[in-house]
Amino acid sequence: MSPTPVSPIFGRFTLEALPIHEPILVVTFAVVALGGIAVLGAITYFRLWGYLWREWFTTVDHKRIGIMYMVLGIIMLLRGFADAIMMRLQQAIAFGGSEGYLPAHHYDQVFSAHGVIMIFFVAMPLVTGLMNFVVPLQIGARDVSFPFLNNFSFWMTVSGAVIVMMSLFVGEFARTGWLAYPPLSGIIYSPDVGVDYYIWALQVAGVGTLLSGINLICTIVKMRAPGMTMMKMPVFTWTSLCTNVLIVAAFPILTAVLSLLALDRYVGTNFFTNDLGGNPMMYVNLIWIWGHPEVYILILPAFGIFSEVVSTFAGKRLFGYTSMVYATVVITILSYLVWLHHFFTMGSGASVNSFFGITTMIISIPTGAKMFNWLFTMYRGRIRFELPMMWTLAFMLTFVIGGMTGVLLAVPPADFVLHNSLFLVAHFHNVIIGGVLFGLFAGIAFWFPKAFGFKLDPFWGKMSFWFWVIGFYFAFMPLYVLGLMGVTRRLRVFDDPSLQIWFVLAGFGAFLIFLGILSFLIQIAVSIRNREKLRDFTGDPWDARTLEWATSSPPPAYNFAFTPIVHDNDAWWDMKKHGYQRPLEGFKPIHMPRNTPAGVFLAGLSMVLAVALIWYVWWLAAISFVALLATAIGHTFNNNRDFHIPAEEVVQTEGERTRLLAGHAGA
Amino acid sequence: MTMTVTTVQDAGVQPVFYVKDEHDHPEGGSTMLGFWIYLMSDCLIFAALFATYGVLGRSFAAGPSPHDLFELPLVALNTSMLLFSSITYGFAMLAMEKGRVGTTQLWLAITGLFGLAFLGIELYEFTHLILEGATPQRSAFLSSFFTLVGTHGLHVTFGLIWLVTLMVQVAQRGLVQTNRRRLMCLSLFWHFLDVIWIGVFTFVYLMGML
Repeated sequence: MSPTPVSPIFGRFTLEALPIHEPILVVTFAVVALGGIAVLGAITYFRLWGYLWREWFTTVDHKRIGIMYMVLGIIMLLRGFADAIMMRLQQAIAFGGSEGYLPAHHYDQVFSAHGVIMIFFVAMPLVTGLMNFVVPLQIGARDVSFPFLNNFSFWMTVSGAVIVMMSLFVGEFARTGWLAYPPLSGIIYSPDVGVDYYIWALQVAGVGTLLSGINLICTIVKMRAPGMTMMKMPVFTWTSLCTNVLIVAAFPILTAVLSLLALDRYVGTNFFTNDLGGNPMMYVNLIWIWGHPEVYILILPAFGIFSEVVSTFAGKRLFGYTSMVYATVVITILSYLVWLHHFFTMGSGASVNSFFGITTMIISIPTGAKMFNWLFTMYRGRIRFELPMMWTLAFMLTFVIGGMTGVLLAVPPADFVLHNSLFLVAHFHNVIIGGVLFGLFAGIAFWFPKAFGFKLDPFWGKMSFWFWVIGFYFAFMPLYVLGLMGVTRRLRVFDDPSLQIWFVLAGFGAFLIFLGILSFLIQIAVSIRNREKLRDFTGDPWDARTLEWATSSPPPAYNFAFTPIVHDNDAWWDMKKHGYQRPLEGFKPIHMPRNTPAGVFLAGLSMVLAVALIWYVWWLAAISFVALLATAIGHTFNNNRDFHIPAEEVVQTEGERTRLLAGHAGA
Repeated sequence: MTMTVTTVQDAGVQPVFYVKDEHDHPEGGSTMLGFWIYLMSDCLIFAALFATYGVLGRSFAAGPSPHDLFELPLVALNTSMLLFSSITYGFAMLAMEKGRVGTTQLWLAITGLFGLAFLGIELYEFTHLILEGATPQRSAFLSSFFTLVGTHGLHVTFGLIWLVTLMVQVAQRGLVQTNRRRLMCLSLFWHFLDVIWIGVFTFVYLMGML
C-alpha cells in the first residue's frame, strides 16, 4: 500500500477505500444493507421510532439496558461466526497448490476481526448484559448505583461495535491478529487504517466497559437488600463482583497500552518501535497484563451462572458456598500473576518462566474446587434435565478437558513446543466456548422467562444444544491433533496433503455450530410465536432460589414494590419455605431515575471522534471533541434526574399481578 | 438502614420479608465510592506509564539524558505551584463546610490560578525541550517522559475545566448537596493529581538527576 496523501477535508479517505473491487465484500455489504433497510423500514412502518427512543435507547432501567446488551452480543455473534466459518472453509480447501478463496490481505483481516469481535463485542456484551439484568434483581435493588452511566456505557460499547463493522466496508480492518502486536502493528508495517480502526474501536468500547465495571461494583457494595451480608450474596452476584473488580483493575492497562501504540502511530514516538530505544516486548507484557484477567472477566460470571443453575435444578442448596466464594476470590487475585505464560518464548529465563508456570498451574486448584462443588451439589439431588442444566453438564465435561490442556500449556518446556500452534487455538476455544459460551447459553435459557415472561421453546433449544456441543468437538479436537503435529496458527495455505482431513473435519464441526446458531435463532422466533403457550404467570418458573424470582416476570420498572429483607442464603427459597405472603396493600410512591438521551449523544460523538481520528480528518476530530466536552458539561447542568412512580400506579401494577396469580393458581 | 435480622426464627413467629416503611434514598449515595474506584483505575493508567518509563527511561538512543535536559529549580517551582493549589483547595473545602459561598469561590479561583501556573511552567519546559531537539520522537526515554508528564498535565487541564464548571454551578445554585458532592469529587481528583506528581517528581526528575 502506498501512503495516500492526506486531504485537509477528507483526511486519507478516498473512494478507493470502498472495497468495490472485492466481490465477497460487495455481496456482504449488499446483504447487510438490504437487511438494515428492511429493519429500519419495518421500524418506520410500524411507527416504533418514538417508542424505541423513549422506552429503550434513552432508558436508565438496568433490565432494558441488559437486554440491549444481549441483543448487541447476539448480532455480533453472527458477524464473528461468519468470520469463523470463512476461515474454516479457507483452511479446508487451501491444499495441494490451491490458494483457497481468500487472498492473504483479506484472510488476515478475517482472523483479526474474528478474535476482536468474539471477545469484545460478543462475549463482553453478553456477560455485561446478564450481570446488568440479573445483579440488581438478585440483591433486591431497584436499579444500579449510576443509572445514567449504565446507559452511557452501553452506547459506548455499541459505538465500538459500529466502528469495527464500519471497517468491513470503509477501508479495512487490522491484519495483525487480535492483539495487534508491534512492530507489525506499527505505522511502518501497517501504514493503513486497519490498526487505527482496531485501536479506536477498543478505546471507545473500553470506556463503556470500565464505567459499567465501576457501576456494578458500587451497586453490589452499596445497594444490597437489608440482611444480605456479603456471605449471603448469591454466587452469581459474587462472581459478578469479582469480575467487575477485574474489569476496573485490568481495562485501564488496555487503555494505556493502546494509547501508547496510538502515539507511536500518530505522533511518531518510539515506545514499541525497533529503533531509537523502543521495545516491542513492553507492549506484549502490558497487553497481557490486561489480557489474562480479561479471560477471567469472561469466565467468572459463567461460573456464577452454573452455580445458580446447578442448585436450582438439583433442588438443593449449593454445596460448599463458602469455598465457592473463596475460590472465586483466589482466582481473581491469581489472574494477575500469570500474564507471562502467554509468551514464555520471550526469553525471560528459567526463573521467571517457572514462577509464571507455577502460578498458572495453581489456578487449577480453586477451579477444581468449584468443579467438585457443582458435582456434590448434584449428588443425591433430584436433577431436572432442563436446558440450562444440560448446558451446565456439557460445560463440566468440556471445561475439564480445556483446563487440562491449559495446565499442559502452563509447563514452560511444553509451551516452547506448542507456542503459537493450533493446540493453543484449540485450548482457548475449548475454555471460551465450553466455559463462557455454554455458560451464557445456560444463563439465557435460565433467565429468559424472567426477562420476558415466557420460557424458551425446549425442542429448538435442545437442537441448538446438541449441534453446538457435537459441533464444538468436531471443530476443535482436530485442532489439538494438528497442533501436536506442529501446525502453527493463522496459516492460509498448506503444503502437506496429509493434514487436510483434519481441517475438513474441523470445517464440518463449524458447519454443525452454524446449525446450532441457526437453531438458537429459530428457538427465539418459535418461542415468541408460541409465547402464550410458554407463558409463566408465577414469576418463578423453575422453582428457583434467589431473589430475582420473587418478583413478577417481566419485573416491573421498580423491580420490587417493597424492598425485600434477607435472612438466609437462597433468600427466595427461604421466603417460600416460611410461607411468605405477597404484600397486597400499603404501597408507596417509588423514587426512580429519569430517562435521558445524553448517553446516546455522548457515545455518538465519541464514535464520530474515533472515525475522524482513524481517517486523519482533523477538523472533524476537533469539532467532535469540543462537542463531546460541551455535551458532557451540559449534562451536569441537568438537575431533572429523578421522579416518583405514584402509589396508584404501583397499586395498579401489583393488583394486576395479584389477579394473574389468582387466575392461574394451581394451573 | 439499621435493622436487626434474626436468622433463627422462633416457632410460630413469621419472619419479616420486606421493608414496609421505606424512605427515598438520597441521590448520589454511592458517588464517593464510585469516584474513588474510578480514581484507582486512573491510578492504574499512571502505573502503566510509570512502568513504561521504568523500562524505557534509560533508552536514550544516543540522544540527550535527564542530566542534559532537566532543570531542577524550575521543576521545584512547578511542584510548589501544584502543592499550593492542593492547600488552597483544602481551604475551599473548609469554607464549603462552613457554608460560605463567597469564600469557597475565592479559594477555588486561587486554586485554579495555581493550576494554570503549573500548566504554564510545564508548557514552557516542554517547548524549551522541543526547541533543543529533545522531542518525544527522539528516543524511547523522551517518548515515555513526555507521555507520563503530559498525561498528568492533561489531567490537570481537565481538572481546571471541571473547576470552572463547578464554580459556575456554585454561583448558580449555591452550596446545595449536589454541588457539595461534586466539589468533594474534584477535591479527591485534585489531591490525587498531587500524589501522582510527587511520584513524577521523585522517579522522573530527582532520580533522573542522581
